[in-house]
Amino acid sequence: MKKLLFSMAFALMISFISRAAGPYSAGDIASDFSLKNVKGEMISLSQFANAKGFIVVFSCNTCPVAKKYEQRIMDLDKKFSGKGYPVIAINSNDKVVSPGDSYDEMQKLAKSKGYSFQYLYDESQEIAKRYGATNTPHVYLLSKVEGNLKVEYVGAIDNNADDPANADKKYVEDAVNALLKNQQIAVQSTKAIGCTIKWKRA
Amino acid sequence: MRKLFQIQFILLIAFLSVLNSSGQKIEYIKVPDLEKILKNTDNRLFVLNLWATWCAPCVKELPYFEKVAKEYDPGKVKFILVSLDFPSQIKNQLIPFLKKNKISIDVAIMTDLDYNSWIEKVDPDWQGNIPATLIFNNSRKQHVFYPGELDEKELRNMINKYLL
Repeated sequence: MKKLLFSMAFALMISFISRAAGPYSAGDIASDFSLKNVKGEMISLSQFANAKGFIVVFSCNTCPVAKKYEQRIMDLDKKFSGKGYPVIAINSNDKVVSPGDSYDEMQKLAKSKGYSFQYLYDESQEIAKRYGATNTPHVYLLSKVEGNLKVEYVGAIDNNADDPANADKKYVEDAVNALLKNQQIAVQSTKAIGCTIKWKRA
Repeated sequence: MRKLFQIQFILLIAFLSVLNSSGQKIEYIKVPDLEKILKNTDNRLFVLNLWATWCAPCVKELPYFEKVAKEYDPGKVKFILVSLDFPSQIKNQLIPFLKKNKISIDVAIMTDLDYNSWIEKVDPDWQGNIPATLIFNNSRKQHVFYPGELDEKELRNMINKYLL
């Protein structure tokens, strides 16, 4: 009995540790958050009862690489939100270091492009730090597993930032399709060139 | 279409090497070329700065690299600016930028966009964020990777530390 209690306590402790600590890799349990969207509403992943998972993208207004991926991010939402995997975009850039990434500017961009997905403001940069995001864009594909948010894939959207037509490895699309078919994800993590997240200056 | 771009690239290089009388090398590189640089065994300190004209903090620190590079004997400290500018921006953005800012350091334009295939060759811990600076001398087993911005003083201090 004592052994069982001990191992349960240990398991519980481990689950808290892996949930709390970033940076997240595939297999980790991610934490939820409560961030303001461009409409002024507070959004948490727990609000999406019907979702099977989430395509969390750390992005921003200003980074030229993020701009090159903007249409592809919009396309991912169009393709997968109806299948249970909506895009959740998060801007963690500091508005003092990068004025073009202020909340006002986020609202303007989302409206002008007609974003179909949530665009959230991580003002304290806590979520970027917790997830371990370093550049934009940076994707964390999550799936709901037994009440937890399991990290399934971390990294780039595809292997050609410059020219979508020449991207022959579509990492996020392939990963979501694999999840939808209950198959193993072939590539669970990648790295890509991007703009550093604009961290607050001391 | 791709062949046309290749021809344009070759012509651009030829054009640049004719124009450039200062001895500065501006060349396109692919992964094998990058690997060759990274495996160099000369007893020389290499300073590789990874940057792009579209990256504001990269552009801000570039003049520091240009200034500090002039303070060292190129036989002892070799600077290379590895540009990650996109192919469509080389002629109308990168080249004018180099001219306007009087950058004389050698530039290696990394054309392989399959980033995941080579990022870790630069350093296993690099997440792909730029600017980033790699300082190494393989013959002395020195390898230090610095992701993020460097100011003039920090850059000089790092170089001096590894020249000792």
